[in-house]
Amino acid sequence: MIDRDKNVIEVSHLTKKFGDFTAVDDISFEVHKGEIFGFLGANGAGKTTAMRMLTGLSFPTSGKGSVAGFDVWTQSEQIKKHIGYMSQKFSLYGDLTVRDNLEIFAGIYGMKRQVASVRIEELLERLSLTGESRSVVRDLPQGWKQRLAFSVAIIHKPEIMFLDEPTGGVDPAARRQFWELIYEAVDEGITAFVTTHYMDEAEYCDRISMMVDGRIDALDSPAALKLKYGADSIADVFDILARGAKRTE
Amino acid sequence: MREFFAFVRKEFLHIFRDTRTLLVLIGLPTVLIVLFGFAISTEIRNVNVGLLSSDGDLPVMRLMEEIDQSEYFTFKGSYPSEDRIEEAMRRGQIDVALIFGKGFSSRLYSPEGAEVAIVADATNPNNASMEVMYLSSIISSYFRDDMVMAAMMSPSAGYGSLVPNLKMMYNPQLKSSYNFVPGIMGLILMLICSLMTSVSIVKEKETGSMEVLLVSPVKPINIVLAKMIPYFVVACVVLINILLLTIFVLKVPVEGSFFWMILVSVIYIVLSLGIGMLVSAVVRTQIIATLICGVIFLVPVMMFSGMLYPLESMPAALQWFAQLIPAKWFIEAMRKIMIEGVPVRYVTNEILIMTAMAVIFFAAAVMKFNDKLD
Repeated sequence: MIDRDKNVIEVSHLTKKFGDFTAVDDISFEVHKGEIFGFLGANGAGKTTAMRMLTGLSFPTSGKGSVAGFDVWTQSEQIKKHIGYMSQKFSLYGDLTVRDNLEIFAGIYGMKRQVASVRIEELLERLSLTGESRSVVRDLPQGWKQRLAFSVAIIHKPEIMFLDEPTGGVDPAARRQFWELIYEAVDEGITAFVTTHYMDEAEYCDRISMMVDGRIDALDSPAALKLKYGADSIADVFDILARGAKRTE
Repeated sequence: MREFFAFVRKEFLHIFRDTRTLLVLIGLPTVLIVLFGFAISTEIRNVNVGLLSSDGDLPVMRLMEEIDQSEYFTFKGSYPSEDRIEEAMRRGQIDVALIFGKGFSSRLYSPEGAEVAIVADATNPNNASMEVMYLSSIISSYFRDDMVMAAMMSPSAGYGSLVPNLKMMYNPQLKSSYNFVPGIMGLILMLICSLMTSVSIVKEKETGSMEVLLVSPVKPINIVLAKMIPYFVVACVVLINILLLTIFVLKVPVEGSFFWMILVSVIYIVLSLGIGMLVSAVVRTQIIATLICGVIFLVPVMMFSGMLYPLESMPAALQWFAQLIPAKWFIEAMRKIMIEGVPVRYVTNEILIMTAMAVIFFAAAVMKFNDKLD
């Protein structure tokens, strides 16, 4: 299912500076089509800055990058059409209903009415929210809100979904359910680019990268990384790498 | 275009799902109009008048009857001396006194003329000046009729013309609602357009949904424009509501052309939306947006637009400052068109200034919004 010959994200020597501060320091990596790519790092390591460049929210200072085949320098409009994004903050409209939220984002991504309504029914069913489609989002439990936010991010079947700490603040059972959703979306052919600081979640990824002080210090499959650093878990690998970090929050 | 309309629809949903806010938006102008129109009024009413007249002059007594009959004044009685008048005023028995000179009515028709003093309790200067104005208007119109008669009887004398002829143009009954309606419009429209729009944009920044919108293919400028359309519609509904109330409840005779009234209002609405947009581009939190709109844009509307206090009586520096208040121009233009009924060429200045302000606010907001992105 993972197509190693086809990359949906290609980044080489990407750098972002804010004045004297180098937030992202010369990173290079590829994300293969159909994989779940874990983008790990401590707070302040530069994850968010890197993600903002990949999602077309800001321009790099130097380096090259392409997302879904479009250049980050010149084609950010095209990139935005082909990606989905789920923010770490809950970012749906609490005052509107489940269906309203889905319809709004279907409209924002320019989906045709019939296509959108089929897709909305499908997603509601997958979330088991069909009965709640007229409920106001504000009143839903946190776990459901997050799953709805996820559905909104993939409503237009993007090539890549960027999930920025999608499971923050939910209990382990809800996290497990959430990852089921990610797998289902990946089965649909969507590539997942996930940041997280739950190290157990990192084990669910096909490959992970670890950012320390703006650089990518390690990038491989979880099993290979554990082997390389002689660690029992990804958390231990992370500890070994993070020990060298100079930046703290 | 589909993306844009999805957005506009979303903004309408926000407004309509929040019925309470919608009710406030529609209800507030109604309440204000009724309050200012009836309850709070700078008109003077039930003013107690005292009289000092040495010789129970018949014309003077007839005049006092006339004053007593007017809805503003109540004749309290005669006092024997100025001291007693002052005493009565101190005790709050009378608010204003008329002091007629000796032999008033006989001297009235003589070449030297007659004198009457109007003494008012100026603790409240606004009321005092109104009382004096009303009274002198009643007195002069009363004696003018008499003097015209006298002049007709002895045409050679010709002193009938000495009496000042006061005329309260455009608002002969001196109703304060004429003054307040444009003021309330200036206030409410600014409130809806600048405050509501900026808060609703900043709210998206606060909750994080703005981030998701910025990652979507929608252009940032469209996000903001889509926000404005529903508030523009609400503002227009409110505008029509205010005009209907003004005409049918306050019974203000609207003299001017409806077309120009609406046009001037629409320019002002757009201008206010521009302010809202600029505020939302600059600030990050709803509370700051509320404060800025409230303190910088709403309070000055009350203070400097001539709605409560006449601008002409302010120090020069403040008068200059008042020229910067968008509402001042709107209120002036509306007063001219609505109450005075002047043709539009007399409000060209106001229209041009408001248009220029709108352009400046929008340009600044767009610039600010664009460089925010990166």
